[in-house]
Amino acid sequence: MSVIEAKGLNLTFQTNDGPVQALRDVNLTIEKGDFVSFIGPSGCGKTTFLRCIAGLEHPTGGTLSVNGMTPDEARMARAYGYVFQAAGLYPWRTIGRNVALPLEIMGYSKAEQAERVKKTLDLVDLAGFEKKFPWQLSGGMQQRASIARALAFDADILLMDEPFGALDEIVRDKLNEEVLKLWARTEKTIGFVTHSIPEAVYLSTKIVVMSPRPGRITDVIESTLPKERPLDIRDSAEFIAIAHRVREGLRAGHVDD
Amino acid sequence: MSMTKAGPILTVVLAIIALWYFACIPMNVQETLTNIERAGGVVTPETAKDRAEIGRWSLVLQNLDALGGSWSVERARLPSPHQVIKEIYVSTWDEEVNGRRGIVKSGSFSNRSLIYHAGVTMGATVVGFIIGAGFGILLAVGIVYSPTMDRSVMPWAIVSQTIPIVALAPMIIVVLYSVGIGGVIPKAVISAYLSFFPVVVGMVKGLRSPDHMQLDLLRTYNASPSQGFWKLRLPASMPFLFASLKIGIAASLVGAIVGELPVQRGGLGARMLSGSYYGQTDQIWAALFIAALLAAGMVAMIGWIESQTLRRMGMA
Repeated sequence: MSVIEAKGLNLTFQTNDGPVQALRDVNLTIEKGDFVSFIGPSGCGKTTFLRCIAGLEHPTGGTLSVNGMTPDEARMARAYGYVFQAAGLYPWRTIGRNVALPLEIMGYSKAEQAERVKKTLDLVDLAGFEKKFPWQLSGGMQQRASIARALAFDADILLMDEPFGALDEIVRDKLNEEVLKLWARTEKTIGFVTHSIPEAVYLSTKIVVMSPRPGRITDVIESTLPKERPLDIRDSAEFIAIAHRVREGLRAGHVDD
Repeated sequence: MSMTKAGPILTVVLAIIALWYFACIPMNVQETLTNIERAGGVVTPETAKDRAEIGRWSLVLQNLDALGGSWSVERARLPSPHQVIKEIYVSTWDEEVNGRRGIVKSGSFSNRSLIYHAGVTMGATVVGFIIGAGFGILLAVGIVYSPTMDRSVMPWAIVSQTIPIVALAPMIIVVLYSVGIGGVIPKAVISAYLSFFPVVVGMVKGLRSPDHMQLDLLRTYNASPSQGFWKLRLPASMPFLFASLKIGIAASLVGAIVGELPVQRGGLGARMLSGSYYGQTDQIWAALFIAALLAAGMVAMIGWIESQTLRRMGMA
């Protein structure tokens, strides 16, 4: 069953320097339970596409459906959780209250809020940090808290826009492993923007390679890696072969320039 | 206050006091020499008429050994620090404890004491500050949420602050008195007029401080505008609000003092003006210092509320 479906999607921004085509003829189907990575150089429209799915940007052409609805309807139905590049936790709220923010807004009862905060903090391995303030946590822990915030209301779709871009390699590896576990446990459909090839290959069931000016899809790679992925799978021949194909796709996009 | 902080402050204070004592010499030289002449002493030039035609510095240089009285001139051009401190003591503690009208003998503060006048000024300041800050916060919310208000109100708020308050204050007082509004209100209106502006500016900046990402986050939750206000914009604005409240309350005090000048019904402003009518410079300076102390106290009070609030919010 397809959760997200884009057909002939176009998006042109009107800027002071004239129109800029951010997305051209994007066609993509994401199935339920897919882990889809969007990879490409800056300006390739990967974040823009994710924001279109979230109803934060509006395509100027083509069709896009999320859970069978328009992106705006899906947003109002709270169909997805969104993780931004920065954790963006409220400094005046404890970790627990930050995770409870969407629940408060969506009108969950106090008891249910407490229960879900506890459950999602356990899920991202932050149990016991509920009463801490964001500044008392490391960058990686803050980003985990922001993932918990996106998971708290249990939407089927999780959209992540370069969530680990600002973190160092070691923390990033650990969080990648955790995201995979999280995905296996929750069976969510995940859209993940990155510009790291190993990250994309390691995480995804489907890798969408994009290229800039105008932003478009140049390759969609179905990963043949097993669902169970220890970190050292990155040294396997299969992994390297997929990474190679991604790199080729990125290079092909650049030759067009 | 830690010692590392107290050291530099103390040094500056001592430097100011030293400079002040030194400045008393040229400032008061005419009066000092006249006092000596009246007491039968000899100074150069001998008559006040001749001395009036010579510059201060050359009078100082010609009478270097006769300047001991520079720091004890009555009605001095520049009273010395200890004269001002004595005046503060006389018009506070001494007046209240030993004076016929003082609180010890009469049960209420003497209308000749600076405590009474500081109280009058503080009342007007606080009332004006509450009106001004409240009005400023409301305006800021309007400006942030309504593009029309943003375009129409902000320029007027800026223009309002370009009018010299000393010119505007008497008009406000005359107009309000003529419609029968007297007492604390006209002064509070002037205070409010001065204090709303920093609050508007700070609060607008504070309410607009959440970045695109934070606003987008709320959109992904499909949050209502009022949820955005109460859960994001208002808490995010708190550090900005307190910074401008501190400026606002100091401006409010200036407004109250300016408002007291034309009315002469008590207050530190009234004290300053009556001091200048009668050449009682030490009285002016004493009132000035009490006003500065009052301002420092009120700013510190806001600072204390700020640190309590921000600590409770986990932001300090």
